[in-house]
Amino acid sequence: MKTNAAAWALLVAAGMAAPFLVYPVFAMKVLCFALFACAFNLLLGYTGLLSFGHAAFLGSAGYVAGHAVKVLGFAPETGILAGAATAAALGYIFGSLAIRRSGIYFAMITLALAQMIFFVALQMPFTGGEDGMQGVPRGRLLGMIDLREPLSMYYFVFAIFLLGFWVIYRTIHSPFGQVLKAIRENEPRAVSLGYDVDKYKLAAFVLSAALSGLAGATKTLVFQLASLTDVHWHMSGEVVLMTLLGGMGTVFGPVIGAGLVVGLQNYGANMGEWVTVITGGIFVICVLAFRRGIVGEIAALFRK
Amino acid sequence: MTGFFGVTIQGLFGQLLVGLINGSFYAILSLGLAIIFGLLNIINFAHGAQYMLGAFVAWIGMTYLGVDYWWALLLSPLAVGGTGILIERAMLQRLYRLDHLYGLLLTFGLALIIEGLFRYRFGISGESYPVNELLAGGTNLGFMFLPKYRAWVVVASLVVCFATWYVIERTKLGSYLRAGTENPQLLQAFGINVPLMITLTYGYGVALAAFAGVLAAPIFNVNPVMGSNLIIVVFAVVVVGGMGSILGSIVTGIGLGLIEGIVKSGMIANLLGAMFDKVPVLGSLVYPVKLLFSPEASAVTIFVIMAIVLLVRPAGLFGRER
Amino acid sequence: MKRKLFSAWICLALVAHVTTGAMAATKASDGVVKIGVLTDMSGTYSDLAGPGSLLAVQMAVEDFIAKEKPDFKIEVISADHQNKGDISANKAREWIDTEKVDAIVDLVTTSTALAVMKVAKEKNRITIVSGAASTPITNEQCTDINVHWTYDTYAMAVGTGRAVVKQGGKTWFFITADYAFGKALEKDTTDVVLEDGGKVLGRVLHPFPAQDFSSFLLQAQSSGAQVIGLANAGNDTINSIKQAAEFGITPKQSLAGLLMFITDVHSLGLKATQGMYLTTGFYWDRNDETRAWSKRFYEKKKRMPTMVQAVDYSAVTHYLKAVKAAGTDDTMTVMAKMKATPINDFFARNGKIRDDGRMVHDMYLAQVKKPEESKYPWDYYHIRQVIPGDQAFMPLSKSKCPLVKK
Repeated sequence: MKTNAAAWALLVAAGMAAPFLVYPVFAMKVLCFALFACAFNLLLGYTGLLSFGHAAFLGSAGYVAGHAVKVLGFAPETGILAGAATAAALGYIFGSLAIRRSGIYFAMITLALAQMIFFVALQMPFTGGEDGMQGVPRGRLLGMIDLREPLSMYYFVFAIFLLGFWVIYRTIHSPFGQVLKAIRENEPRAVSLGYDVDKYKLAAFVLSAALSGLAGATKTLVFQLASLTDVHWHMSGEVVLMTLLGGMGTVFGPVIGAGLVVGLQNYGANMGEWVTVITGGIFVICVLAFRRGIVGEIAALFRK
Repeated sequence: MTGFFGVTIQGLFGQLLVGLINGSFYAILSLGLAIIFGLLNIINFAHGAQYMLGAFVAWIGMTYLGVDYWWALLLSPLAVGGTGILIERAMLQRLYRLDHLYGLLLTFGLALIIEGLFRYRFGISGESYPVNELLAGGTNLGFMFLPKYRAWVVVASLVVCFATWYVIERTKLGSYLRAGTENPQLLQAFGINVPLMITLTYGYGVALAAFAGVLAAPIFNVNPVMGSNLIIVVFAVVVVGGMGSILGSIVTGIGLGLIEGIVKSGMIANLLGAMFDKVPVLGSLVYPVKLLFSPEASAVTIFVIMAIVLLVRPAGLFGRER
Repeated sequence: MKRKLFSAWICLALVAHVTTGAMAATKASDGVVKIGVLTDMSGTYSDLAGPGSLLAVQMAVEDFIAKEKPDFKIEVISADHQNKGDISANKAREWIDTEKVDAIVDLVTTSTALAVMKVAKEKNRITIVSGAASTPITNEQCTDINVHWTYDTYAMAVGTGRAVVKQGGKTWFFITADYAFGKALEKDTTDVVLEDGGKVLGRVLHPFPAQDFSSFLLQAQSSGAQVIGLANAGNDTINSIKQAAEFGITPKQSLAGLLMFITDVHSLGLKATQGMYLTTGFYWDRNDETRAWSKRFYEKKKRMPTMVQAVDYSAVTHYLKAVKAAGTDDTMTVMAKMKATPINDFFARNGKIRDDGRMVHDMYLAQVKKPEESKYPWDYYHIRQVIPGDQAFMPLSKSKCPLVKK
């Protein structure tokens, strides 16, 4: 337990120091994607369900939050909540439809539904289609703190990240989380033990969707922009990469995975196509040799 | 508005014929995927990239080696199929014991590598591949002008599709393949070299993708992203058809082409519009549905169909539960 | 439990390591004028803009230093925005925050232009749009520190649309790319066609981007319209034209490529495009001055420049001259100088920047030559007509820009 506390302390310390070490907007981007990846990991790493449509939650929450803040005049915190709530509702619908199937069929249903969301986002006037929703104001937090200040915005985002991360952490370490792991390991056995497996899966799905939405809504306020990139299936693929690279089924893995992938995209922006090639290479190497991801491999090493 | 909701009979036939042409493309691409999944349980996300490779190998052959179209139809699939065999031997073999997920992720990563390299070398605008003179020009069918090359695409695809189906479902070789999926150890005990069979099957599936690529080269510009635009559609076709079913993917591929043709003609959107536009509340509820079936939504049609089919017939139209 | 400690430590170490790499760029002081070229380096528009745009800007900077010997340093950086609004906005924001970029140029694709204009206005930096087309850039979305230099959908409509109707193409059918630019182009052309006594028989929207146009072309064919207006650009236009020929739709019906570049004609070949009308802001072979500049460009790029690339040179030169004349790189001062000075170079004669940011200059109506008429590589156009600036662009009286005093 002591090491757990130490790990948390390190995470918090790193987060607090970050805006002084790196470009704050970059750090905020990492945090949003880290939350997204952790939320996705809840579903993939802990429940064993691979969804190909998680971009739908990230993006739709982003659009709703952006619209709420820009057009309807919501405060930033309520706007973000509205976004997360939308994602949760969408997650409930998607989940109910998809849970009936398993494995690759589950993944394909989530993909199909996400593609439809993509199309809706493309067509609805309020999203701005190809141009995206621009000029989203950051507003004042609680009516007092001006979020246009980079540091204020950063600590707000960090607080949201910690909140989301804490929710995931508690979920994983609760009885509910244990049942999820049981479902991942051996679903028929979980059923035979009397658990209503579908209800648990749906709950995990909705939670994962809601937190992905939280990440997406926050991201819109950070960049003051919501665009189709966030609902495109490439985004769904990216979050899989982050989780795989960091370590599926580990707590801190997705955070590292997100940091590396976002860092690679930023750092490699001038490398053009090589970023794609390197990303592909990472996928291949991870699948062949590092299936447990960075954190998983290090943990395994350590256990020896 | 004349005819059926803005589309004349002639126009409809034209759209259906165009739909058939596109459908044969979908059919031959999804056939390769279905074989690889149905017989090997591998989800080959690199299929789109291998299709692109097929087109590029044909183009490179023509530009630098003077290989003409007819030879390309044979040699390109062989070459790309060969790379498929290498991939299977070097990488995929290690993943058979594991969850399907890993095969998917590996092939996804390979697709990114291949596409990235080609984008780096060739940019995105693409290269032009001319239509072979034997197939140039076309005939006037009255309701539309049918280019000879497109007719050839339909014929070639359907012949290859049904030949493949026949081999797998009706011949001894095919029965070995199917047996190998059900119970590899038993089949191995009978003296059949199962790993070799699996490798060659993957190679064949990849070769089919490359063949489709060569067919596509004269019609669509040969460019590095031609595969990634198609891959998720083709996946959807295979899923709707039933992931293990060869016939399912062929039928669904053609069916999707036909349905897309009708959607693109605007007929469905017009029909829904005529029925519901003036109705007060129902009209606005139906509006998103109408939007999903209008020409600009033709790219989403398959996903709508997929969602509906999977909810009603979970294993796909022709599939068997695994 | 130890592993959690370790993983958190690794987390910090790795993230810090990678990101400090990203921050390796030096922060420039204000004695430097820094220009950021934000364009499509590898996507659909990379041929008509892309690396060629960067080259044009670099040429402009080199020539300016050689001729004017300024007392400030000039730096050029570039990035690929992949035609995405979010990447552009973030890159622009990062450039302004960390790289002290003073002006951002090119911005091909309307969505990127609009996104960056917003960020630049917020942070008070000049933007020069040489690549994008839609009229909202100088209407609803206009800013006082933006210049829209090359062309817009209105100019295309007035140029090509009017010419084709005058040639007898009275009935039209549109094949339109389903996004803001395509729809804007269709609307502006429809207005012109109707004004000149023509009729629009119908239209179909196609997904953007699309590969197979057979279905949409068939609809255009069955409408019986004399002219099929292609309200799209880049690969979409190229594929539409190719497939129209394949399906025997041309030459019975004629095609109007509402936005075409010389690189499209080069890609398609004269056989497929002969006789087509198009409107352009620049043609390399128009006069001695354009030829001289274009030959220099050709030596390095092995392709003739498009109007977007020519503008990158012209606009950056004008900007740098304004900076020198104003003696500062302060945004408002420089912009005022740019608007006060007419533009006289190989690109434009007596060009002027209006209050809405529109740079008004002559446009040229070109017709693609027949294969027999072309005597040397890239000899593709007849220039049929010069459209004076005040006719080519939307008059200020019709403008929806809040900055325009009416």
